Amino acid sequence: MSIKTYSQAIKDVIAEEMRKDDAVFIMGEDIAEAGGIFTCTKGLLKEFGSERVRNTPISEAGFVGAGVGAASCGLRPIVELMYMDFAYLAMDQILNQAAKIRYMFGGNVKIPMVIRGQQGIGRGNAGQHSQSVESLFMHIPGVKVVMPSSPSEAAGLLRTAIRDDNPVMFFEHKALYATKGEVPDDPEYSIPFGKANIIREGKDATVICSHLYVQKALNEAEKLAKKNIDIEIIDPRTLIPFDKTTIIKSVKKTGRAIIVHEAHKIAGWGAEIAATIMEEAFEYLDAPVLRLGAKHCTLPFNLGLENAVVPQQEDISKAVKKTLYIS
Amino acid sequence: MIDKERLIWIYKTMLRIRKFEERALSLFESDKLRGSVHLYIGEEAIAATVCSLLRDTDYITSTHRGHGHCIAKGGDLKKAMAELMGKETGFCKGRGGSMHIVDMSKGNLGANAIVGGGIPIAVGGALAASIKKTDQVTVSFFGDGASNQGTFHEGINLAAIWKLPIIFVCENNEFGISVPVKQSTSVKDISVRSKSYDIPGHTVNGNDVFEINKVMEEAIARAKKGEGPTLIECKTYRWFGHWIGDPQLYRTKDEVEAWKEKCPIKTLKKYFLDEKELSKNELDEIEKVIDKEADDAVEFAINSPEPDPSTVMENVFTDIVNF
Ligand SMILES: Cc1ncc(C[n+]2csc(CCOP(=O)(O)OP(=O)(O)O)c2C)c(N)n1
Repeated sequence: MSIKTYSQAIKDVIAEEMRKDDAVFIMGEDIAEAGGIFTCTKGLLKEFGSERVRNTPISEAGFVGAGVGAASCGLRPIVELMYMDFAYLAMDQILNQAAKIRYMFGGNVKIPMVIRGQQGIGRGNAGQHSQSVESLFMHIPGVKVVMPSSPSEAAGLLRTAIRDDNPVMFFEHKALYATKGEVPDDPEYSIPFGKANIIREGKDATVICSHLYVQKALNEAEKLAKKNIDIEIIDPRTLIPFDKTTIIKSVKKTGRAIIVHEAHKIAGWGAEIAATIMEEAFEYLDAPVLRLGAKHCTLPFNLGLENAVVPQQEDISKAVKKTLYIS
Repeated sequence: MIDKERLIWIYKTMLRIRKFEERALSLFESDKLRGSVHLYIGEEAIAATVCSLLRDTDYITSTHRGHGHCIAKGGDLKKAMAELMGKETGFCKGRGGSMHIVDMSKGNLGANAIVGGGIPIAVGGALAASIKKTDQVTVSFFGDGASNQGTFHEGINLAAIWKLPIIFVCENNEFGISVPVKQSTSVKDISVRSKSYDIPGHTVNGNDVFEINKVMEEAIARAKKGEGPTLIECKTYRWFGHWIGDPQLYRTKDEVEAWKEKCPIKTLKKYFLDEKELSKNELDEIEKVIDKEADDAVEFAINSPEPDPSTVMENVFTDIVNF
């Protein structure tokens, strides 16, 4: 085990996979000499050269599309988007091209490609640089959706993403880059997609969350424990594919479920999970499934306003208590 | 031709931008201001000269590096500083911050944190003027980096086929964050891209108000005659990092210092003195007034209230949308 930051963990896996497989290369804005503005590609240019570590112009539709083409011709591109908000500029290439090519072409082509980058609040970047956009990509069939919440998850899931033969949207969180954690040294360490992580076992209610809310839920779990409320925390890790089994099993045990995400609540992924729980474990529920997500509002610049839009840590306990009918 | 009055206006505007940003920088460094703040210092001649030829009814679109455009278009320093600090009294009530300043009363259709995002919007401003048959012109400001976005190419082509009254002003400051233009861009002079759309293109010294003025006057005349768009590339340089804290490994200190010698404010000041247009005393007086204006803006911003979180859902739509 080594202690690494989330960004180091990402960089190391990219480097290891590039060493093992010549087909892997990376491109994106400011990733070469500068090493990425969040340092996730630092030193890669020096080791692998400008053929495989490419700065792109500010042309998201162009270079994401070039990734799709290169992937269909046998390479395994990793495309960095500086902010996942910029995926909007490349939406056609992601959702009309990458996502559909294999199916439309009758299975004749595959697109082994990772589109990775950071998203979310935390730097006062306002409306166009603070969004959590993962839910958008769940709705269109053909792309996998990954949400690593810690350095080891980032490492294990990124390795699986790079080796996956499908387009993978890999959502990092800007406020996680500096967090540290143990990461296995095994250069084959990987976490399979579709396998949720039970972060904490508990019997009274199931809290399903990812990214920043994992730590926040753990913090609240301690406070709740003092009041004899014992919550189970589950990080789905990947939203497509989705580990229904683990979550349904947990809800059958606790009878209560709360889904928490930074993405907007309306039509966010919490809705999908809530509906699934209703369909598959309705008779086990002792309270309505609750969702916490951002208000239906653009992320504001002002910090006080931003906090008013996204769920706050204490909201988790409030929701848990609500499902337990405790005021 | 720039008459004396307008030249003094350009000078004052450049100073206003400079002094505003110097204060924004120190507020940021003392943790009184947060977020993404991109300084325009060194590039002031472009916004000031271009906007000296525009009326309040003419439109601009701006960028993430937008303080200069906002101020040159007549934006109030107080409201601008308040916005940078996220205050209720800011241009956008603290919702937008540095990268999203708008000032409709002065024809500023807004800054944009998406590189190239403003270009088609400017085309839309010109389209509105054309449909409404007004004599308004629109200027779209954007960086060298933005000229590699599809929006640049699609926007210029639209403006060219519809002969819209618009001027595309590319501020080429040699870098897009850390990437030098020669690495990201297929042409040495971005103005040659005008040829693809069969419109006039010019490359000028972006630190020289007279050069910028000359091509801008031609472009405005052309726009008003219904002959269509012009692409103007202004070569310039940003003195500070891309963002505050940028390690700037992509350039040398010497290079930055050499550009500081080409300071547009210093150059124009020297011109005034050499040509005996203004005395040292008069120039000092101008500076004093603007220093005060900038200080007042800071004081106003600091003393302004934070937005009330209970109002956060206002303006998502024009009406109340329930769900
Ligand atoms: C669509 C998009 N891609 C990337 C970015 C990140 N970004 C912000 S500013 C910038 C560089 C812009 O360069 P340029 O257009 O030359 O303007 P400058 O900053 O040099 O004034 C980049 C890549 C962004 N904001 N929007």
